[in-house]
Amino acid sequence: MENYDVAIIGAGMSGIAAGIRLAHFGKKVCIFERHYAPGGLNSFYFKEGRKYDVGLHAMTNFVKPGVKRAPLNRILRQLRISREELNLSEQLGSRVAFPGRNLRFNNEFGLLESEVEREFRNEMDGFRKLVETIQAFDDTEFNYPYQSAREVVRRCITDVVLEDMIFCPLMYYGSSTEDDMDFGQFVVMFKSIFFEGFARPQEGIRNIIKLLLLRYKEAGGIRRMKTGVASFKIEKGRVDRLILDSGEEVQADIVLSSVGLPETYSLCSKKIVSETDIKAGRLSFAETISIFKDQPSSFNWGNDTIVFFNNRDRFAYREAREPVDLTSGVICIPNNFDYGETNLTEGIVRVTCLANYETWKMYTEEEYNSEKENWRSRIWNAAKAFMPPNSLDYSKYCIAHDMFTPKTVEHFTWKQRGAIYGAPRKTKDGTTPVSNLFICGTDQGFLGIVGSMLSGIAMANTHALR
Amino acid sequence: MTKDECKQVVLDIIAEIAPDEELSDVKPEVALREQLDLDSMDFLDIVMELRKKHGIEVPEGEYGNLVSLESCAEYLTPKFDALV
Repeated sequence: MENYDVAIIGAGMSGIAAGIRLAHFGKKVCIFERHYAPGGLNSFYFKEGRKYDVGLHAMTNFVKPGVKRAPLNRILRQLRISREELNLSEQLGSRVAFPGRNLRFNNEFGLLESEVEREFRNEMDGFRKLVETIQAFDDTEFNYPYQSAREVVRRCITDVVLEDMIFCPLMYYGSSTEDDMDFGQFVVMFKSIFFEGFARPQEGIRNIIKLLLLRYKEAGGIRRMKTGVASFKIEKGRVDRLILDSGEEVQADIVLSSVGLPETYSLCSKKIVSETDIKAGRLSFAETISIFKDQPSSFNWGNDTIVFFNNRDRFAYREAREPVDLTSGVICIPNNFDYGETNLTEGIVRVTCLANYETWKMYTEEEYNSEKENWRSRIWNAAKAFMPPNSLDYSKYCIAHDMFTPKTVEHFTWKQRGAIYGAPRKTKDGTTPVSNLFICGTDQGFLGIVGSMLSGIAMANTHALR
Repeated sequence: MTKDECKQVVLDIIAEIAPDEELSDVKPEVALREQLDLDSMDFLDIVMELRKKHGIEVPEGEYGNLVSLESCAEYLTPKFDALV
């Protein structure tokens, strides 16, 4: 039976990052991935000769090279990747768009401050107080106690519209809980989006995955694709062996699982936690991707990189009651980053909304396909209301499109209920009741591309290298 | 190994871990953390690179000896000499 120092489940950002650390320092490490493609929740695929990204709208946590203590620069050091290799282009500018109100922001925090002052003059002192509270919070500790972020924000800000406008991007880019979030998580997200900012490698997510895999291979790491782990044989409180989908068995001193907390527990041969502890997340999404022959700037959409929109009095971030919740969403235009001379060859507009897992799961194949068509145009119209007006005839102008639903996500990532941000309950220190089984990735609690890599690094350092 | 050679070994490791740091005028007697942007993750890497590249073990309780280049040389040179 093959025996590894460390077995990593899942070749996503966190799993590969953990693997690089372990292989670099001489551990015999193997990553097991059920899918044929690496990347996990941030991956890419081909359809009709075109490459599409999944997951990545923009990389959060953008800082300039040399900025001290910034998560982006810390992970690059840990992975021995240089800024030049990552080749990031900064956003042109983004917006939170609510009825009659806009808050613009970019990678300089001063813009958001001046926008808050313009739209909510009376809230300026409160906003500054909130910023100070965020700066004073120590987010380097893993085990801070739960605090409602809504309560903390309300101690500073009284206008509920401003409150919702601040929460909207932070929730859409990483909250696994409905309508409120842990203040620690809020701080991490606020810093990554507003203090730091958005950027993208021109090549998209492929560039990051390629770099990570190259580093992993150079360090001597082993990777087994199309090789799922079917279960963990638990004996005497530890993972004794891993049973692969093929029936093959392997052993590992330490198992690092990036597949999610409920998903990991369901792999264990013995029931090790109560049912209530293994609840899957309820928040899932649908996304439409529309391809145009020309740059979005040609139809007046050249200024916004990301637009977080909400068309109701209050912003609701909860499980959709309809197949797709059209009251809010995120518009992403990958062309609108500062690429210098050469932009992407085609125009791309992606729109993401909350979606209902059960409905999409229950449709017959025929219903599923016709509902996708139906919702694709409804999502487009909901988004269009928040964009600069144009005379674009969408059906004529759009040369290709695709759409994913919670069912697609579950099918390709094995994430229960297609909940991309994972279970509401996180294990911040990565430990489980099984002594040699640890969690990294989404359900350890760091989110986004940079967060997931940081999670893999931190868990590898803490549990397998010390 | 001379102490200067030992300091160079440590500097080479730091250059690899933190290629964005300016290392040409690091003062040997001043704490590395005061001159360079190194955090606890970076110090863990220095320890692990010493093990990987040179077979030198630094137990967790003795990390404090790596505070400056001078103290590194003081602490590590005998370890290097013991290897031969």
